[in-house]
Amino acid sequence: MSVQPFQTFLDQYRDDVYRFLVASVGRQEADDCFQETFLSAMRAYPRLRRDSNLRSWVLTIAHRKALDTHRANGRRPVPVPDVPERAGGEACGEAYREAYGEAAHDGELWAEVRKLPGKQRAAVVLRFASDLPHDEIGRVLGCSQDAARRNLHEGLEKLRSTWDR
Amino acid sequence: MGSMKNLETALARAGRTDVSAASGAVAGRLADRAANDGLLDVAYTTLDSPVGPVLVAATARGLVRISFSDCYDHDDVLAELSERISPRVIEAPSYFDAVKLELEEYFQGRRTRFGLPLDWRLTGGFGRRVLKRTAKIPYGGVSTYKEVAEAAGSPRGARAAGNALGSNPIPIVVPCHRVLHSGGGLGGYGGGLDNKVLLLKLEGTIGDAAGPPAKGTRSGPSPLPPVAPRGRRGRSPGPGSRGRSSRTE
Repeated sequence: MSVQPFQTFLDQYRDDVYRFLVASVGRQEADDCFQETFLSAMRAYPRLRRDSNLRSWVLTIAHRKALDTHRANGRRPVPVPDVPERAGGEACGEAYREAYGEAAHDGELWAEVRKLPGKQRAAVVLRFASDLPHDEIGRVLGCSQDAARRNLHEGLEKLRSTWDR
Repeated sequence: MGSMKNLETALARAGRTDVSAASGAVAGRLADRAANDGLLDVAYTTLDSPVGPVLVAATARGLVRISFSDCYDHDDVLAELSERISPRVIEAPSYFDAVKLELEEYFQGRRTRFGLPLDWRLTGGFGRRVLKRTAKIPYGGVSTYKEVAEAAGSPRGARAAGNALGSNPIPIVVPCHRVLHSGGGLGGYGGGLDNKVLLLKLEGTIGDAAGPPAKGTRSGPSPLPPVAPRGRRGRSPGPGSRGRSSRTE
C-alpha cells in the first residue's frame, strides 16, 4: 500500500479543511489559508508516513495557518470588518434571514467564536465544524486529550456569556 | 444548562454547512499555485474521444500517460502514477489544451503527426526501444511485432515486443496500434481490439468494410521497412491514408 495520489487526499479532506477555515478565520481569509494549507501539505506529502492520520495531519497544518492569519490580523491597523458570511451583496438583514432562516446566524456565531483565544477557538471549531473527538482535537492542538477538553469547555463557557438566543 | 445546549445545537448546525461547492472551487485553483512552487509533479485530466474517455497525464517533461478509461480503472492509473513518478498527482485540466487540440485534430483526420513532447520515464530497456521504434511508424503505415523487435535489437523478441506494446504508457500518440502480426492478423491492443480497428480505419490503413485488415495487399513480410523513414509520403503510404486526408481537407 503506497501513498495515495494527492488529488485523492485533497478530494477527501477539502471540505473538512474549508469548513474549519471558514469558521476559524472567516470566509474572506479562508481561500488563502486553504491554498497555503494544501501547498504545505503537498510539500511534505511524499515524505509522509503511510500510517499517518491524514485528517489530523492536514487540520494541524490548517490550524497553524489560521493562527498565522490571526496574528497577522492582530498587527493590522484596520482589521477586516466582520461581515455576515452567507450574505451576498444586498441579501442582508431581514429579507436574508427570512430566505435563509437559521443559516443566517451561522456567520455571526462563528464571528463570536473567532473572538476566543487561540486554543479555545480552535477547540470549538474542531469539535463543531470538523466533528473531531477530544483525542483528535488534542493531537491537532499538540496537547493532551484533557487539555483539549478543558479548552473546549472554557471556550463554550465564554461563548455562552455572549451568545443569547 | 439549557442555554449551553442551545449554543451547542447552534454550533453543531453551523458546522454542518455544505461547503463542497466553495471548497471545490478553491481546490481547483490549487494546481496553478502548486505549479508556481514547483510542486505539480504529475497533472492529469480526462478527455472525451471516439475511443471513449481517456485519462491523460503529463509531467514537466511532457505527456507521460494516456489510458483508456473504458479498459482501465481511473484510480488504478492514478495510483500507478503516484507510485512510479510522484504522489503529487493533481487534476489540472488547464494544462492540457495542446494535448486536447492535437488529439481532436487527429481524430478528425486533420493531423498525421503529434508534436507533443513526451516523457518516456514509464518505459525502460527493451520496451523503451520497441516503443521508440514504434513511434516512428508513420501515419497510415504498419509494422509487425517481429520487425519492431528486430529494430530494437532482439530478432527473436516478437513476443516480448508484443508485451512492451501491450503496456505502452502513451497509446495513440505512440502508435502501437500500427503494429500487427506478421501473418496479417491484427494482434492485440491494450485499449481493446475495437479501438485498434477504429484507429486503423481512421488512418485509412484498413477499409471501412467490416472484417479483418486487407490481408491480401499487406500480408507476409510487410512492404514497409521495420521503421519507415520520415519521407514516407511518396514511398510507403498506407494505401488509404492519402485518400482519407484529401477527403477531409
